[in-house]
Amino acid sequence: MSDKVKVTIDGIEVNVPADFTVLQAAQLAGVDIPTLCYHPDLRNTGNCRVCIVEIEGLPLFQPSCAFNVWDGMKVMTNTPELRKARKMIVELIISRHNTECLNCDSNKNCELQDLADKLNIQDVRFEIEPDFDHPIDNSLIVQRDPSKCVNCGRCIRMCNEIQTVNALDWAGRGYEKMAMTTMEVPLAETACISCGQCINVCPVGALVERDDTEIAWKYIEDPEIHTVVQTAPAIRAGIGEACGLEEGYLSAPKMFAAIKKLGFDKAMDTNFTADLTILEEGTEFLTRVTHAVKEGKEGIAFPMLTSCSPGWINFIETYYPDFLDNLSTCKSPQQMFGALAKTYYAEKAGIDPSKIRVISIMPCTAKKFECDRPEMNSSGYKDVDIVLTTREFAKMIKTANIDFDKLEEIKPDDPMGVSTGAADIFANTGGVMEAALRTVWEIITGDALTLELTPVRGLTGIKEAEVTIEKAAEGYEWLKGVTVKVAVVNSTGNARKLFDAIRAGEKSYHFVEVMCCPGGCIGGGGQAKPTSWEIKAKRAAAIYKEDENRELRKSHESPAVAQIYEEFLTKPNSHKAHELLHTHYKSKAHLIK
Amino acid sequence: MVKAKEKRIITGKFTPGSGIKAALAGKPEEVVQEVIDSGLRGKGGAGFPAGLKWRFAANEKSDMKTIICNADEGEPGTFKDKYLLDNHPMKVLEGMAIAGYAIGADKGIIYLRGEYAYMLPSLEKNIEDIKKNVFSKLKVGKKKFEFDIKVRLGAGAYVCGEEFALIESLNGNRGEPRNKPPFPIQKGYLEKPTLVNNVETFATVSHIIEKGALWFGKFGTKSSKGTKLFSISGDVKYPGVYEFELGVKLRDVLELVGAENTKSVQVGGFSGINVTESSFDKTLAHGDLPAGGSIIVFNKDRDMLKVLKNILEFFEEESCGQCTPCREGAYQLLKGIKMIEKGEKSIRYYKDLCDLCATMKDSAKCGLGLSIPSPFLSITNNFKDEILYR
Ligand SMILES: Cc1cc2nc3c(=O)[nH]c(=O)nc-3n(C[C@H](O)[C@H](O)[C@H](O)COP(=O)(O)O)c2cc1C
Ligand code: SF4
Ligand code: SF4
Ligand code: SF4
Ligand code: SF4
Ligand code: FES
Repeated sequence: MSDKVKVTIDGIEVNVPADFTVLQAAQLAGVDIPTLCYHPDLRNTGNCRVCIVEIEGLPLFQPSCAFNVWDGMKVMTNTPELRKARKMIVELIISRHNTECLNCDSNKNCELQDLADKLNIQDVRFEIEPDFDHPIDNSLIVQRDPSKCVNCGRCIRMCNEIQTVNALDWAGRGYEKMAMTTMEVPLAETACISCGQCINVCPVGALVERDDTEIAWKYIEDPEIHTVVQTAPAIRAGIGEACGLEEGYLSAPKMFAAIKKLGFDKAMDTNFTADLTILEEGTEFLTRVTHAVKEGKEGIAFPMLTSCSPGWINFIETYYPDFLDNLSTCKSPQQMFGALAKTYYAEKAGIDPSKIRVISIMPCTAKKFECDRPEMNSSGYKDVDIVLTTREFAKMIKTANIDFDKLEEIKPDDPMGVSTGAADIFANTGGVMEAALRTVWEIITGDALTLELTPVRGLTGIKEAEVTIEKAAEGYEWLKGVTVKVAVVNSTGNARKLFDAIRAGEKSYHFVEVMCCPGGCIGGGGQAKPTSWEIKAKRAAAIYKEDENRELRKSHESPAVAQIYEEFLTKPNSHKAHELLHTHYKSKAHLIK
Repeated sequence: MVKAKEKRIITGKFTPGSGIKAALAGKPEEVVQEVIDSGLRGKGGAGFPAGLKWRFAANEKSDMKTIICNADEGEPGTFKDKYLLDNHPMKVLEGMAIAGYAIGADKGIIYLRGEYAYMLPSLEKNIEDIKKNVFSKLKVGKKKFEFDIKVRLGAGAYVCGEEFALIESLNGNRGEPRNKPPFPIQKGYLEKPTLVNNVETFATVSHIIEKGALWFGKFGTKSSKGTKLFSISGDVKYPGVYEFELGVKLRDVLELVGAENTKSVQVGGFSGINVTESSFDKTLAHGDLPAGGSIIVFNKDRDMLKVLKNILEFFEEESCGQCTPCREGAYQLLKGIKMIEKGEKSIRYYKDLCDLCATMKDSAKCGLGLSIPSPFLSITNNFKDEILYR
């Protein structure tokens, strides 16, 4: 704990930790200093100068977001000179901006709009000259419009410092200095993993995901087409917020109702295949352990790595291809769902699979990339047709005149709608691990696991846990006394740290869960904006609450999962399961050459 | 090449080893105190009291500290550091070693302007020599005195002369200024305490420590002690590097360098201010005219709008582009002047540009952006008729 210091902001005295910035102190004092390049989750560079303040005794204005407090500091945020300077700075920013709010993705959810409003900008004294020289880049899932970029650098800090992908970088100097892709090539030629985290931190509409809502409407409108919607675990704690309700607003039943109201034929649930993933992945894990421990086989790859986060798949293919054998062969739950919707469900419902369209609603932009992968067609068709982000889903709800809050509460459709609490927690970092342990532990010890597995919970970047098997169930006696070591990481930057340590032989585990986005899917690149750790914590808490309120909380207890094995897949890791639910990935290391 | 008016310090005689020997005869604190007492101000432009900076640096606790000699010399019309390194390199190296002893650093780096790469072989030889012939024979108590100096070539940008941009470039990052605090003396090279001083500052220190603060204090004015090198260029008969006692009258300087029909003088370089006849009796000293290293003289044939445009073009290009007031402001000032030149903008727009200057000089992130308004405002003020009503 750092010491407290006394700071006065516009006459309001506050006691704050000594390592606070002036901006943090002001927030505590209830003084709302405008900002633009600042983001609470990033290293702050103090570059836009919108947040300038006057500090008694200092001759120059200082950026409150990047200036630390000291004891006895007196800060003024609202002098005539500051008002003038701030307005001038924002006018300068607008003079480079392609202001076209009416047809902008960020309309009404834009920090530049808010700034102009707050500062009462009525006129810009300079000629408006947006950057139209650099064309819009829509080569990949994340699309960049340089004419709307305000050069805050938040995307670059996110991509390089948090995600460590380095797909974005500064180009040029002076007036030519611009936030760009690395080497100014189209994003598709960079190592971009389509995580969408840059979109989440972009204060304006310069970065957006590819919009697929028009395709979704077309599917709905086509009477020949049978639409099946799946919703990722994280959507139930994200869509309410995206529709303007409070952060962490939780409602699966309304989410299903919204899907039906939009005119989709079926509202099913990715949660169903999340449970199925646990059975498939758990079995795969036990097979690997059996080979290695019981049979003493050489060359079994450990740690086994989760494979349900497509941004992480893109990352490992590019940066850690030497670990590809460690990846679980399970497809992500969304792709499992797609493959089964066009086989199992089509058969059961007697619908021609060529007429089925699977629409995923995901917190994730990388899932858009994933569903377009050529190998994702084991049903004989494109398994998942399109992916909509939480934000796109919210836009459709708005367009359809639906008041999310007033929707009735309904259940998801059979046969791929029923799920357990173990599936819910897939949304949070640590959730897949916890869900897997709930099932695997019970299989190998015969005992139920304490359900709240605290060491793997929480938003910490890298978490580790180990447990020794004291008591083994019948058939697993050879596991007695074995200590199982697991780790959980979120954000690819943390994954990099962990895998560098594993590569160097400093760390070893049996099982590692990796989620590409900071905080896991609740912090996905397709979730509501703005996003911050504070907001993510609320979403995560909502997800754990959903799990707690469930009757069934272990994947192997899901009746829908039991049914599909009985009627269709026979057993986990069966030949058919392998055909439909598993896959392999290839190195993309050439992208960083 | 150097023409000094009566008194020489920096360009005067010096016995190699005399400075560092005198330093090692006392405690590090005493060396710092001597520099404080001398009243020496940094010669890199900002004129910050050198001794005070040394004391802050000495007070930092760290397992590693670094001395950096700023030889980036990017200010247009400045070539005084080049002169010193060409002609008096030993003073500079010795000054660095004295600083190292004073603040507790055993390594130094000379950040050499890219265009001065030709000096590399001779500088490296000088470093070898001073280590072998001077440092290796000295002792601190019972221990051998050690100080290592390396030369690193600059990245070729004017802004890399700014201390943090320089450090960032040495750290392998984009050469861009940082917010302060933390200052370089707290978190600089490799995030450790780092003392950055100008070439001339180090050269002067060698003399101060050799002959004492009292002796040094006899030169200059109350708040600007000693002498200073000036690079004088433009419309003069005898351009070159001059050493003057601080407090010298600008008029005397102009006379000495053979300036005739002088219309105005850019004092302190592009980032300094423009003065005309009515200010020629002012002195070059702290609190009066900026005693930066560059003086550029314009005679009556010069078109001041072109001069200003030239200066603004320089800044627009050399701005690192990080912060809004400088990146956008430099561009708008230049564009504004071009529009005024073409008669496309009225005097009202000039007022907007003055408001822009007011914002830039208070809000930019580093000295570059903060000082662009100085030439803009002083030149347009001095030449309203010529520029605004043409
Ligand atoms: C844009 C800019 C360029 C600068 N260039 C130089 C330079 O070339 N040489 C130099 O010594 N100081 C330069 N400075 C000043 C340095 O930041 C720093 O203050 C100086 O090196 C400290 O040395 P001193 O205290 O001995 O003057 C520059 C500052 C700015 C803002
Ligand atoms: S980014 Fe914001 S200000 Fe710019 S056009 Fe879009 S909504 Fe308007
Ligand atoms: S999507 Fe992710 S990897 Fe791609 S540019 Fe954005 S932050 Fe970087
Ligand atoms: S793209 Fe967005 S986040 Fe990136 S610099 Fe531009 S405005 Fe900022
Ligand atoms: S003032 Fe100019 S040079 Fe300095 S940080 Fe800002 S943009 Fe860069
Ligand atoms: S918000 Fe602080 S400088 Fe941009």
